[in-house]
Amino acid sequence: MDIPYTVQPRPDTGLYNAKLGIWLFLASEVMLFGGLFSAYVLLRVNDPNWPEGSQYLDYRWAFLNTIFLITSSVTVILAWAGVLEGNLKKFRINLGITLLLSFGFLVIKYIEYTAKFHHGYFPSTNNFLGIYFTMTGLHGLHVVGGIIVFLYFIGPGAKMFHTNQQRFANRIETVGLYWHFVDLVWIFLFPIYYLL
Amino acid sequence: MDINSSPEAIQKGIRKALVVFGVLLVLTVLTVAISRVDLGTMNLPVGLAIATIKASLVGAYFMHLISEKQLIFSVLILSAVFFLAMLGLPLWTNADPIALN
Repeated sequence: MDIPYTVQPRPDTGLYNAKLGIWLFLASEVMLFGGLFSAYVLLRVNDPNWPEGSQYLDYRWAFLNTIFLITSSVTVILAWAGVLEGNLKKFRINLGITLLLSFGFLVIKYIEYTAKFHHGYFPSTNNFLGIYFTMTGLHGLHVVGGIIVFLYFIGPGAKMFHTNQQRFANRIETVGLYWHFVDLVWIFLFPIYYLL
Repeated sequence: MDINSSPEAIQKGIRKALVVFGVLLVLTVLTVAISRVDLGTMNLPVGLAIATIKASLVGAYFMHLISEKQLIFSVLILSAVFFLAMLGLPLWTNADPIALN
């Protein structure tokens, strides 16, 4: 049996099912990260000696990562536009750039984490580092999740472009929504840990 | 937009995304620049305000929330209420003078 409303919007919701599905998932993600942001606030307001981010972190790496994620959000939109225009090459180039930027993000995170460990800074060192590693680590796992899905769509998943172009466009729109959310979370992580 | 959208409509969407991209880059630089200036206790609220503007732009234009269906807003409003409760309740407990004793 086929999954219904993968292409046409469902009459009562006005949405194709995957779009409603990804938004429900993102709502649960708001709660997941929300709990951690709440923990961050509670830890920070209760600690009169809460350190400056610059004591442990170099904002220049995070600034570069912010540029990477914002740019990758745009290239996902360009990849989606490529599918809508029936231009597979444009889709592949832009999703390829997205992948490069996402890998770039992880490489920078790896450099940052290893520098911390090298200096003897671990999640157990203090509350600041504990919540920093928890939140940026969870966010990093979301980047890894996005990369896996992008690899599928640039590789074997792209076959659908030829068999059902609209459904494929919907899939790219859906993964795009997820990716923009990952970008959105980072937009808050960057200032609260590195700058403020 | 779908595969039957006109090329003009798709191009218009791309142009809009590129404008938002430019604004996000400027705001990112602004976030860093302002954090270098000592505003005392105002650094935190100003930094968070810029981050909120950036997040709103991503939500509104990249995630198309500016023209999305009612059902999605209903889901997100529910999330926002629970998120604020989750943020507010621990702080409320924290401010409780009895609990502090």
